[in-house]
Amino acid sequence: MDIKVNPTRMELNQLKARHEVAVRGHKLLKDKRDELVRQFLERIRKNKELREQIEKELSAAMARFLLARAVMSAEVLEEALMYPTAKMSLEVDRQNIMSIYAPKLSFKQEASVEGGEDNIYPYGFVDTSAELDASIETMAGIMPKLMELAELEKAIQLLADEIEKTRRRANALEYVMIPRMEETIRYITMKLDEDERAALTRLMKIKDIVRAKV
Amino acid sequence: MSTYKIGVIGDKDSILGFKTLGVATFPVVDAPAALSVLNRAAREDYAVLFITEELAQHLEDPIAELNKRFLPIVVPIPNNKGTLGIGMGKIKESVEKAIGADILFGKEG
Repeated sequence: MDIKVNPTRMELNQLKARHEVAVRGHKLLKDKRDELVRQFLERIRKNKELREQIEKELSAAMARFLLARAVMSAEVLEEALMYPTAKMSLEVDRQNIMSIYAPKLSFKQEASVEGGEDNIYPYGFVDTSAELDASIETMAGIMPKLMELAELEKAIQLLADEIEKTRRRANALEYVMIPRMEETIRYITMKLDEDERAALTRLMKIKDIVRAKV
Repeated sequence: MSTYKIGVIGDKDSILGFKTLGVATFPVVDAPAALSVLNRAAREDYAVLFITEELAQHLEDPIAELNKRFLPIVVPIPNNKGTLGIGMGKIKESVEKAIGADILFGKEG
């Protein structure tokens, strides 16, 4: 498991420098991961609530729409919905969450000219049923929430990816890179000490021999 | 900052209601058709694509692939038969991926 190195002082200095960088990097990554998780948790609760709410409302709206479809003939329904008067314009901006770029949506519903600002019905009321009106009204009400949900879910997916990546990196440093470096540093230090002791004993021995001869 | 479009993919009965809101609707009947619509829409300037869960359950991989990108955002929605719990499942998946354990949905995970 140790790295193959020459046990020299030069190598030791280099390794020590790398070790220091690795430790600092690990700390930074850990901080980043903590903050990402905090951001993630902040959003995930909201996401869950929003989705629950939307799923309920949307199912209801669709059920109503189905009712409308049942009481009206398919042709009339098609005709009524053929030309939507409302126009949706969506603008996408970038929001920066811990240097993850997630889309930020802002949308405007442009109502038709005829029938005033808040006319969301693209048809006259003669041939159509009240169920259709109700269904479309709920749909229009859900739309802003749906946009919010889309934005949130995207941010959460991107965050989850990033958290996973960061955690892997932090763990690789903590459990592989740094222990390995420490091991190698210890090995080199021991080797160097050993060499030093060997040199010392050799010197003493030689001194003895020289002294004995004189 | 520029203007994008919104699209809905699903069976006709479920998505027709969106049409009145000025959202582009793509009525499709099966998953392969939905996939080709999805891919086409992803190349064009659609920022948000809603897809009914009924179709989304057959298209997990392509949707996951799209969701790694900045745009579009693919959001599963229930259809008129009610929810299949796929959108919720996705949230749960994200939690497990990020935290390592399911902390939101309680005991069963």
